Amino acid sequence: MVPDKRVSIDDVVAEIRDGMTIGIGGWGSRRKPMALVRALARSSVRDLTVVAYGGPDVGVLCRAGKVRKVVYSFVSLDTIPLEPHFRAARQAGAVDTLELDEGMFLLGLQAAAWRVPFLPTRVGLGSDVLALQPSLRTVRSPYADGEDLVAVPALHLDVALVHMNRGDQGGTGQFLGIDPYFDDLFCLAAERRFMSVEQIVPTEALAANGPVQSIRINRLMVDGVVETPGGAHFTSCLPDYDRDEAFQREYAATAKSDDAWDAFRAQYIDVDEETYRRNAGIGSQP
Amino acid sequence: MSEPTRRDGPPTRAEFCAVACAEAWRGDGEILANPIGTIPMIGGRLAKATFEPLLVMTDGEAVLVENIVPVGVADAPKVVAGWNPYRSMFDIVWNGPRHIMMGASQIDRFGNQNIAFIGAIDRPSAQLLGFRGAPGNTINNHTSYWVPNHSPRVFVERVDVVSGIGYDRAAALGPIAARFHGIPRVVSNLGVFDFATPTHAMRIASVHPWSSVDEVVAQTGFALEIPTDVPVTRTPTDDEIRLIRDEIDPLGLGEREVPPT
Repeated sequence: MVPDKRVSIDDVVAEIRDGMTIGIGGWGSRRKPMALVRALARSSVRDLTVVAYGGPDVGVLCRAGKVRKVVYSFVSLDTIPLEPHFRAARQAGAVDTLELDEGMFLLGLQAAAWRVPFLPTRVGLGSDVLALQPSLRTVRSPYADGEDLVAVPALHLDVALVHMNRGDQGGTGQFLGIDPYFDDLFCLAAERRFMSVEQIVPTEALAANGPVQSIRINRLMVDGVVETPGGAHFTSCLPDYDRDEAFQREYAATAKSDDAWDAFRAQYIDVDEETYRRNAGIGSQP
Repeated sequence: MSEPTRRDGPPTRAEFCAVACAEAWRGDGEILANPIGTIPMIGGRLAKATFEPLLVMTDGEAVLVENIVPVGVADAPKVVAGWNPYRSMFDIVWNGPRHIMMGASQIDRFGNQNIAFIGAIDRPSAQLLGFRGAPGNTINNHTSYWVPNHSPRVFVERVDVVSGIGYDRAAALGPIAARFHGIPRVVSNLGVFDFATPTHAMRIASVHPWSSVDEVVAQTGFALEIPTDVPVTRTPTDDEIRLIRDEIDPLGLGEREVPPT
């Protein structure tokens, strides 16, 4: 039978407590679970460690004062290369960091997913990833080659938040765009896993929507599913919608003054999703 | 999107730079040419369209394509020859058959590159992109660089952070760990540079026709190796100019990155 794991946005936020490590799926300004991020930003939670291929998720949470530490290899809005709110937080010394190579980040998630303490790689040798972050260690091959390799530590997550195009009530998830990103690994690396989707559909509809390979998330990987139409806005969620570049520019400009951020926050963060969609001028059906 | 104004006549600075980037992949054969940025993308696609037809390239997103896709043209026809989401890209990077050309916020005498941040890690004076894939690229693949704004702020004596490793860092790792490292060339808006010197210190390989050795030296924050005779960067052929203007960069995006004068 297909269980019913449907929850509300508030249910998800209620699971997240001060000091937790939160992994957020997507990549840059692409398919980010922004409805869940917005809800976290208006919650009372604090001191989070955020683990992400970062985009506006990291920027919003940093600006809202929710973040103690960021684990990342980049934080970018893609068409705006540097995330302004994250930059401001870094340049104020407001957040701790673990800055990894993109591939090291993947291996850290994979190690946590496979329940091993680290995975070895050549990546990072000779660079300042290791030299500046002495918590990262190397390991010597026990075989005849004797090579020294980087031991990327497992990136264990308390909670994973991901956004998919479609899902069923049991937590099966489907991406309909070109790239799954690393959302399945975020789920496998986490204790509690929450997936927002553009639309919850009957399980039979998933295979009719796209190739079986697009059903990337199975329900072993998910504890709760939330239907959030427009839930990735203003990041891209193709083919349902592309990035809202005008909105993203408006968001980026809010780094220029506290007044601009306060106005943005009042209109787009301190509101429920229905009000958000109305204020952002987006529809409710994918 | 406005039409470019200068699409006939002699080769432009952007076209010289694109051809200089294309030359980075000469002789590479059947590998993934992975240019990042407008001028490198024009160069990579030009190399594939002319002297390196076996190069494998992406559409800039998540598929491999066999045809020459115009830069920045939405919904351009694609002959798709493979699914290459980010996760598959790491397979290629770590497996080896790849030559990337990426940018550099700072680069030093031995080719150490910084795109991460300026200043201290706990409170940088300027947070840049982050390490991104630079450590993994440089330890696994040949990595070339494109710098559209050659200045002493970019070509520095010492980078603040080593994202992509240079020849001195590679040498310190030893011949086993660094066996896949190599920086074939650095192309800037003023010239072309390589590391074909006994110490692998950066050398002027050629200067663009609108530049000079004196200008390059003045705009570089460390002492370059300077051969007795520094050639001028080769002129794009008529065929290359036609390919760039008609097929690879019909929108003239390269002209925005390297303006005509």
